[in-house]
Formats: sequence, structure tokens, C-alpha cells
Amino acid sequence: MPQSAEKILDHAPLFREAEYRQMLAEKRLNFECPHPVEIVTDQREFTKTWEYREKNLAREALVVNPAKACQPLGAVFAAAGFERTMSFVHGSQGCVAYYRSHLSRHFKEPCSAVSSSMTEDAAVFGGLKNMIDGLANTYKLYDPKMIAVSTTCMAEVIGDDLHSFIENAKTEGSVPQDFEVPFAHTPAFVGSHVDGYDVMVKGVLENFWMGKQRAEVPNVINIIPGFDGFCVGNNRELKRLLDLMGVSYTFIQDASDQYDTPSDGEFRMYDGGTKIEDVKAALNAQATLSLQHYNTRKTLEYCQQVGQATASFHYPIGVEATDELLMRVSAITGKEIPEAIRLERGRLVDAMADSQSWLHAKKYAIYGDPDFVHAMARFVMETGGEPTHCLATNGTNAWEAEMKRMLAASSFGKHAQVWAGKDLWAMRSLLFTEPVDLLIGNSYGKYLERDTGTPLIRLMFPIFDRHHHHRFPLMGYQGGLRVLTTILDKIFDKLDRETIEPGTDYSFDLTR
Amino acid sequence: MSLDSQNDGALNTKLIEQVLSRYPEKTAKRRRKHLGVAAGGQVVAGEAQPLSECDVKSNIKSIPGVMTIRGCAYAGSKGVVWGPVKDMIHISHGPVGCGQYSWSQRRNYYVGTTSIDSFVTMQFTSDFQEKDIVFGGDKKLEKIIDEIEELFPLNKGITIQSECPIGLIGDDIEAVSRKKAKQHEKTIVPVRCEGFRGVSQSLGHHIANDAIRDWVFEKKDVELEVGPYDVNVIGDYNIGGDAWASRILLEEIGLRVVGNWSGDATLAEIERAPKAKLNLIHCYRSMNYICRHMEEKYGIAWMEYNFFGPSQIESSLRNIAKHFGPEIQEKTEYVIAKYRPLVEAVIDKYWPRLEGRTVMLYVGGLRPRHVISAYEDLGMEIVGTGYEFGHNDDYQRTGHYVTEGTLIYDDVTGYELEKFIEGIRPDLVGSGIKEKYPVQKMGIPFRQMHSWDYSGPYHGYDGFAIFARDMDMAINNPVWDLFDAPWKKNTTPSTAMAAE
Repeated sequence: MPQSAEKILDHAPLFREAEYRQMLAEKRLNFECPHPVEIVTDQREFTKTWEYREKNLAREALVVNPAKACQPLGAVFAAAGFERTMSFVHGSQGCVAYYRSHLSRHFKEPCSAVSSSMTEDAAVFGGLKNMIDGLANTYKLYDPKMIAVSTTCMAEVIGDDLHSFIENAKTEGSVPQDFEVPFAHTPAFVGSHVDGYDVMVKGVLENFWMGKQRAEVPNVINIIPGFDGFCVGNNRELKRLLDLMGVSYTFIQDASDQYDTPSDGEFRMYDGGTKIEDVKAALNAQATLSLQHYNTRKTLEYCQQVGQATASFHYPIGVEATDELLMRVSAITGKEIPEAIRLERGRLVDAMADSQSWLHAKKYAIYGDPDFVHAMARFVMETGGEPTHCLATNGTNAWEAEMKRMLAASSFGKHAQVWAGKDLWAMRSLLFTEPVDLLIGNSYGKYLERDTGTPLIRLMFPIFDRHHHHRFPLMGYQGGLRVLTTILDKIFDKLDRETIEPGTDYSFDLTR
Repeated sequence: MSLDSQNDGALNTKLIEQVLSRYPEKTAKRRRKHLGVAAGGQVVAGEAQPLSECDVKSNIKSIPGVMTIRGCAYAGSKGVVWGPVKDMIHISHGPVGCGQYSWSQRRNYYVGTTSIDSFVTMQFTSDFQEKDIVFGGDKKLEKIIDEIEELFPLNKGITIQSECPIGLIGDDIEAVSRKKAKQHEKTIVPVRCEGFRGVSQSLGHHIANDAIRDWVFEKKDVELEVGPYDVNVIGDYNIGGDAWASRILLEEIGLRVVGNWSGDATLAEIERAPKAKLNLIHCYRSMNYICRHMEEKYGIAWMEYNFFGPSQIESSLRNIAKHFGPEIQEKTEYVIAKYRPLVEAVIDKYWPRLEGRTVMLYVGGLRPRHVISAYEDLGMEIVGTGYEFGHNDDYQRTGHYVTEGTLIYDDVTGYELEKFIEGIRPDLVGSGIKEKYPVQKMGIPFRQMHSWDYSGPYHGYDGFAIFARDMDMAINNPVWDLFDAPWKKNTTPSTAMAAE
């Protein structure tokens, strides 16, 4: 009997005890009808080959372990970045349970959102009644300043029209006539969570800007961060930099406080977020900058339509990407980049120089959202590394072309391959046939790490199995330091593990 | 807890009135039926006497906009019943999200070579695009099955877990399944678990059970040398290894577990289930349907049991043994005696640290009652409980576990749960991931009671020790004393206790 009150064993050690191992071996032998071991081994080895890779990459219909989620997740995240805003997702209710769980598991924070709970009768008659009742209940119970409506695929397939439904609900008195109910159609069968983010932010802007006269205030900018699992660290870091520069700015969509509320005895259903008055005033800004181009294509188009200048970036990480962001901000606002920031930049460069010998020529596989992959590939090249595989399941043809241009501009990118639309089962074949030193992605990558032995660095949403990383920035020079240190730790930990063998005392160096 | 102990029914009644007063009138009227206070039990001659009556409405539609905690039929089928079957590939058929959010989140442990002969912690999806909605997805599904056969040839079968659009666009996944099953000589199971069906996960369980009946049973010749003590364990999903901590006991008392449904299960274990002598059902809510079917069709008796906490384990083991007669009964007494020192040591260690602490639960379809005695074995008291997707028969059974005055809440809303917790201020809340962080922000210790908060197993004697440890560390962690800044603090002495 392995268990005792003195030393209680949970699952990790318990099932590795002899009693359990034997029980499971007998279960397998007597009851599971398994394939013979040789057949399993042969198939496992076959999946490592170029032949398997070719079949794998030739898939036309099946998707296995994709690195993307669906649109409404992005919409719920987007809504969380506005003052006292409740997400209301029109359609089946299970979806909302999933978005809330998914976001809570990553941020380790509450995530509030409601559903219109449509069932079979609503599938037949449409969900108008659900919208009318649902908005009334949400308004009364949760005291929001704004309700942001998006859709599940069910409501999209039956063709519910949010605009007319919301008007109807207002006429019925569900919410006051002047209550803010921006909306966005977010079909799960189009695009991914980054597009859901885009259309929800655009929906909020349209709600406040449509038909309003714009009176440009020069030198003032808006910043749209995009769907970002590191928003807590990143948004705060960027605000710090902008404050140092003395820039007048508005973050449009800022979930950094919503997903980082303190523990002091009070549950805050809402915290922080862009103030509604600030969203209104943001129409007059001279320019809107997007930190993630592929998260904001429609929103930026709309900003241009209202007469704003726009610029977009790809999740600025590292030296040159941060340089570009700051210089553009400086050019638009006329504010100089202060000496303090130049010193910060120098410190990041200093750190990179100190560690360059450990990073030069390291090969990487990088996957995640399109802008993140762009950013990481670029930063890796700044450290002398070589991005070998760059994969975005939700990457478009335009992304692929842009990636190739960026990689081709550096000799460190000349062997890089770009994989738009591919999934992590494809990545597995790539890692077996063209191995790399390090894999950069999210928690789902741990299965690739187990199968291929490639060390995984978690730098992208969602991160379920490590805590609090998202509380630190990746963007800016400070964020660059964090990314650099994370990569280096992985390299040093691996080297220590490989050389820790007792009875040898070489390469297990005290100083590295 | 002693029988005469009661919860504060008057306070709970007041809390219910308070939360209802906030709703629009129409909604308040509907919600009122789902909230209640356990009443004194009715004495019925010849039956086991319940401690109380939990008379609330259940298993009806959630109200729009109130923040129900429930999921959907897909979650009930793919997430609960089918997903853990390890040597089959479960296609999340429709857009990408459902499969993505449910990927690897239920901790259904298994042994196997993932991606080669086992597939539970993978996400297979048809990733529907607009053209699939417009033109239908049947052709794509055929191609997906062909590609699975080429790339994952050691799978023992495939299930098709329908997401919302499938039923709305009129796809014929049954025809595709029949055609491809014949072509590949594989078990292929279409499951109509579209998320808009029914009112919660519950209908998904039922649909998944029916799919086993219609698409797995009696489709192949099943070889099994039967024995007198063959049982199936039904409704144990091996979360954190629960089914293993149970199996070890059942084997020790001399039973032969020929099938485990569906944690760590293989298709073979499901196919041969009708050959067993007895079905032991743990999660009654999600799998009673197939047990009833096996009883009617194959004459297999079924028996509910509860492996949470030593009181229930002992009485369950004895009940099970009684079914098989003296030989098994004798071994059972030996097993109970063998584990008693462990149980006593665990209780001796944790009782003083947990005695009198109050607990509120809000979980799925089994645990809102099943875990109650495990808490009571440690000296803790249940002050409120409720089901996400329970039915009337679940609430009836709950009366055997909770005392008069206990607050009962069905399909609770985010608002209600927050207010109830605020009003009662229990020492511990056991619920899910969506509830965890709001409760902890309020300064109240919390354990996830779906995933065991990444711990477990909690079943069996081995699991009880872990359960006790976990509840203790949640309640007696020093962090709860740090919430108030000292310059604002009303100094209260710390109650935290270091682990022993």
C-alpha cells in the first residue's frame, strides 16, 4: 500500500508506484485488446519520417491540434478591455462557458460573460426573444455601462440580425434607449479569434463614432493592442514608455486591469478598461496605431475612413521593432524619445551582447498568432538565431508573403520556412524531419516537446501550465529583456540537465 | 455531521429573497423555483430515510443573460462521455472553437502512446469554413475520415461529435458514418450532440449513451471468457486517476473489472460490457441511461456506489459485496480492515485542522451530493449545494446527504452564487474554474471540484488521503490572512496552519 498519512502521494508519484503499474499493465493485457508493441513502435517511428511528413502536409480536410481559436473568444477578450463592459454572446450557452474557462485558465482571473442561451426552439424561430430577455436580465443583474454583443456560430447559421434585434430589445425596454450596446457578428467558421477581436473593437468604435463630427486634435494618438495574452504586462509597459515620452494617448481596448485584479476581499466584476468618454474622444485623435496588424485590419480601415492616420506593427518585441514603434510615435506626436529610454535600449543591447555566444546560430521553430510569430522571428534573428519554422494556423497568404519578405532581408532568415494555415500536427513532422534547438509557442506545445524532445518556451496565449508569465511584459526594451532571459534560462537548464550525470565532472560549469 | 445538526434555514430563506429581489419580475418568478432550503425529511415506511427534502425545479432551460454556469450537449458528449475513450479518434465536427476549448481540459488520465494508439489529449477538428456551412460538410467529413485512416491507422474507431452547425445545415453524418465504416471496416459513431440541443450538458450525456447503444453494441462478435465476478465500472472518467484508485479496491475485493467507462477506456471495453454480471455506476447522471438499457436488454443489474470518503467507500464496498455473496464479502471485510489504519491516520491528522469548517458546493451532476460525506468524514459541514445539470432524481438523492436548512440552488447564476457566498461566508467553496477566481478574490478558500484543481485522485482510500490534504491546504494557507493591508487592517489573529 503506497499511501500513508505521513507522506501523501498524489497522482504524479502514486501511479508510478509498483502496485499501480502492475494493475495497469494487467488491465492492458487482459482487457484493452491493444495493438502489439512492435506495431505501435513501427508506427511511431514511421511518423518521424519524411514520407510521413509528406502525407501529413498533403492533408486537405483534417485539422489536428490547431493553434487558433474561434472568433467570439476574441470578441469576449476585446470587450473585457472597455470600462464596465459585459460581453453578451448571442447563441448557444455552452460556448460562453468555454470562453470564460479558457480565459480564466490562462489569466488565473475571473472572466465574466453572459449568453443568450438559445436552444432548439430558438434555432427554429430565431433568437429575438432571447436577446430581449437576455439584455434585460444582464442590465439589471450586472449593472454594466455597456453590453458588447457578439455571436456564436449557431446564431450565425440561422442568420440572426444583431442590429435589428438590439433595436427591438431597446424598443421593448430591455435596456434604456441611450444605453450602449455595440455589437459584432463573429461567426466561428470565418477567420479566428484575432478576427473576432478586430470586429468587436470596430463595433465599439462604430457605436460611438458613427455620424459624429471629427475635430482632429493634433499629436494625440490611439493605441490598439490586439488580442494579447500578455496584455497585463505589455499594456502597462507601453503606457510607461509613452508616459516617459510625454505622449498624449488613449489605449483603445485595455484589459490589463480587468485580467489582473488584486486580492483584497472584493471581487471586481469590472476593473479598468478604456473609459467610454475616452472612446468617444478618441475619434479626434490624429492617428491610430495598432500593435498587431493582423488583429486590426478592419478596425484600422475604419479609422482611415473617419480620417485618422494609421500605422500598424507586429507585436513589437526586441530592439528594432521597439525602435520603430517609438520613432513612429515620436514622429506623429512630435515628442522626443527621452534619454531614459535610450539608456533602457542600451541595457537590452548590453544584455544581448553578454549572452550572444549562447544564442548565435540557435535554430527555432515558432508558432502562434501571425503578429507574434513575426515578432519572435525578428527578435530571434537580432540575437543571431535562425527561425527555421514559422507557423501560424490563422496566418493568411498576405502574412506568409510578409513573413518571407522580412526573413529574406536577413542572412539569419535565409533558411526559414513559413507555414501559413498549418497545425501543430504538421509542426510535429517538421520538428522530426528538420529539427531545431528550441520551440517557441504556448502550452499546447508541451505535447510537441514530449514527442520530439524540442525544449518548449511558452511566450504566447494560452499558457495554462505555468503561472504568472503574462504579468510581465514581452514588448518594449524591458519586455525584450524578459524574452531574452526566458530563452537563455531554457538553454542553460537544458545544458545543466544534459551534464548533471554523477560520476562526470565536465561541462557542468559553475559560470556560463 | 450528526443527524440533529441543522443549517440556518431562516438565513438561507432570506438570502434567496434578497437575490430574487434584484431580478426583473418575470425572471425572478422563474428563478424562484430553482432555489430552496432543504426541508425536513418525510418518513416513508420500508425505505432508507432521507435526511431532508431538496425540492427545487431542475433540468429546464437556463434564462438568457443571467450568466448560467452550464455548458452544452457537445460538452456532455465529447467532453464527458466519449472524449476519454482512448483508442478512438473523436472528431469535433464543425468550427474550431469547441474542440479547442475542451482540448485536454478534463484530465482523463490514461496509459497509451498518444497520437499513435491513443488520442485523448489531441484535438481533431473539421475546422468548418464558410463554404462548409453553405455547401454542407459531408464530403469534407468523408475526406477527414480517409485522412485519419492514413495518418492514424492504429485508431480503433472514430466518433463524430457534432457541433451546432451540423444539425442546422442538414448534414447526414449517419450516412457518412455507415459508408466509411463499411469501407474502412471500423467502428464509426455519429453523435448528434449539437450544443443547442437540450438545456445543458445533460442531454449530451444521454445522446452519447444512446450512440453507444445504437452504434457500438452488437456490431461485432465479442470474445470474452466470462467469470462470476465480472463487473463494469460505469461513469468514472478517471479524472486525476479516480478510476484507477477505485479499480485497485474492486480488484482487491475479488472482482474482475472487465470494462471501465469511459476513463482510460478502450473500445473493446465498451463492446464487451453486455457480458458483465453487474454494472457499477458512479456518475449516475451521465450514464444511467446505458445501464438501464443493459438491464432491459441483457438483464444486467446496476448499482450506484460512492467512493468519496471512507464512510461511503465502506458502505459501497459492502453493498457491492452483498451482491456477490460470502466469498467477496469476506475479502471486502479484509480490505476495509486493511485500509482502516490509513483512514484513521488521515482523519487523526486532518480532523483537528478542519473540524467545523463549512463548505458550499456547486458542481455537475454527481458531486454536489457524492462528495458530501467525504467532507463530513473530516469534520466539515455542508451549508449549501447545487447542480449545474442535475435532474429531479438527483435532488431526491441529495436528501440522503444534506441536512435540513441547507441552501439548495439549481443552475445557479453568477449573481446568485456570489451573493450566497457573500451572505454565508463559508470556509471553503468547491466549484469550477469559472467560479474559482471570483471566490478567491473574496478571500474565501476554493477548490475546483471538476478537475480536482489539478490534483487527485479523490476516489478510493488513496484518493481520500489526497482529498484531505488538499482541503486542508486550501483552508489553512497563510495567504488568506494577507488580504488586508496592515495600515487598513482590523487585526484578526491568523488561523493558518503549516502542513504537518
